[in-house]
Amino acid sequence: MKSIIFRTSSKYLLPILLIFSVFILLRGHYLPGGGFVGGLMAALAFILHSFAFGLEETKNIIKIHPGFLMPMGLVFALIAGLAPWIYQEPFMTGLWYGEPLRMIGMVGTALLFDIGVYFVVIGSVLTVMFSIREII
Amino acid sequence: MSNPYIVLPIILQLVAAVVLMFFWTKTKAQKTISILFSTAAVAVGVYMLHSVWHHGIQITHSGNWKAPFGITFVADLLAMTLILISSIAALGVSIFSAGSMREERLKFGYYPVFHFLVMGLQGAFLTGDIFNLYVWFEVIIISSFVLMTLGGKKAQLEGTIKYVSLNLLASSFFLTGIGFLYGLTGTLNMADLAVKMKLIENSGLVNVTGSLFLVAFGIKSAIFPMYFWLPASYHTPPPAVTAIFGGLLTKVGIYAMLRTFSLIFGGDEFMTFITSIIAALTILAGAFGAMSRKHMSKIFGFLIISHIGFMMVGISIFSEAVLVGTVFYLIHDIIVKTNLFMVSGLVMKINGSQDIKALGGLYQSHPLLSLLMAVPLFSLVGIPPLSGFWAKIFFIQGALSAQNYLLVGSVVIGSFLTLWVIARVWSEVFWKKGENLPKQANGVYFDALSNLQQWAYIVPMLLLSIISLYIGLGAGRIITLSQKIASELVDPSLYIQLVLQNQLP
Repeated sequence: MKSIIFRTSSKYLLPILLIFSVFILLRGHYLPGGGFVGGLMAALAFILHSFAFGLEETKNIIKIHPGFLMPMGLVFALIAGLAPWIYQEPFMTGLWYGEPLRMIGMVGTALLFDIGVYFVVIGSVLTVMFSIREII
Repeated sequence: MSNPYIVLPIILQLVAAVVLMFFWTKTKAQKTISILFSTAAVAVGVYMLHSVWHHGIQITHSGNWKAPFGITFVADLLAMTLILISSIAALGVSIFSAGSMREERLKFGYYPVFHFLVMGLQGAFLTGDIFNLYVWFEVIIISSFVLMTLGGKKAQLEGTIKYVSLNLLASSFFLTGIGFLYGLTGTLNMADLAVKMKLIENSGLVNVTGSLFLVAFGIKSAIFPMYFWLPASYHTPPPAVTAIFGGLLTKVGIYAMLRTFSLIFGGDEFMTFITSIIAALTILAGAFGAMSRKHMSKIFGFLIISHIGFMMVGISIFSEAVLVGTVFYLIHDIIVKTNLFMVSGLVMKINGSQDIKALGGLYQSHPLLSLLMAVPLFSLVGIPPLSGFWAKIFFIQGALSAQNYLLVGSVVIGSFLTLWVIARVWSEVFWKKGENLPKQANGVYFDALSNLQQWAYIVPMLLLSIISLYIGLGAGRIITLSQKIASELVDPSLYIQLVLQNQLP
């Protein structure tokens, strides 16, 4: 797209949207938010950027192939699920680090799982969107 | 007994899929990793079946949320036996795929999706929650869609559309049934449902719900009026995919029926009447269909339907004697059907055709291979002492003692027709003098493959043939196992008690 307003604004929107997506990710679990929504938002930020600057430019920013994010996210989610096994607790039991941290809030396996979901969603959405754009 | 590690068969397949995704384009590494993980899964299966046999049913509440609120995983004998058998079949298919699957398909993620499919199967066997069962069914369906369409040929897409539409219909029936159950009882845990369903007075509504489940699982396992999607779609994907589909997918439907009818709906005359008729018609329709076809994979596809009918016999009568037969047949059938589709894949690779009229002379050109292929073919018929024989004794005995002569007759006729079909396949493909089939210039045939690739075809068939010979010759042990499973199915009180033991009164 050639509009200069769109190009300029999307340059600034990319970091803002990414930061907001992390905020949504951290807000999750007890409040509305979480990995899925956050991941969608981050993926949208990149898609918006690719509309403004073209696919190649966006791929240069991401560096790695977005498909690679899927197994990476799954590894995070798996670790979160399996961690309770160390304490001989059932699969997927929530483990929490004592006190809430500043800015981030409560940290535990649920957060790790959500981070995994975040990456899987970014990876799959971007793979789908990039493949479609390559065909068009 | 509580044991947090019983979800290991599911986790192992998930880990395999994730590791394989990191090796997306490196096909050689993928083959090795997949075979290694599948072997490990068999080892885990053996160990856990052993442990459940000696220490009894083991459970875990995922996330430490107690039943009936959390999702419970229950490893009882039926689940563990099926997990072991399905992981053996998966190991066979994994090796077979290493030899037979084309590079392009491997590069589009055949192996990861294959392991996701097996993960779905293991999950469906282990779960003790009806909604979680639905989720595992979705995992299975989505993976099988991908496996079926990989390659994107016209015939494949046509088969997939039939498969997708009917399976989605089945899923919506399943979901509706779950909705009914939740409305009736307010719970989704199968053990809790077993307790609460007995208290419901409105038996009409229970029967309607039961029928919804029957239709849903019936479509998935291809019973009489709802089997049309199977012969229309199963011959289209590559042989390795058909092997895993034919061996395992329809059996999950049977497993789900066994589980729900044992725990939730049971002992109702209306259901017995309906399922008896369905079982008889399924046996006959499948057998007649197989008689009328000339394409090897289609013949075997119809035989799947016919033999699903045999297993329905146990579900309709639901007495301990017949259930021994059903469980035994389930164990035997998974191994044999997987093997059978590998046989048809190998025949295709040797001659480039699956038309039994055109094929011939295989015994003359490949005598040892033909003997190997004879094992699954004749196990299927159940020539004593091969594995299909023992289950049928229990079917006939049980149906006679329940005085259900319709089922006795259809089991006998179904066996004869199966014998006829297999004899025809054997005489046409292996004994008859073959024509010289035209060789395609760009196709690579079996005799031109390297030694390693040839073994990748033979080893899985050898493995599964040895297992089915063991099931036939060592039938005593399998019968003891089946009897214990059948008695647990008829009287699930121990299962219910163990799952709900931490609940407040």
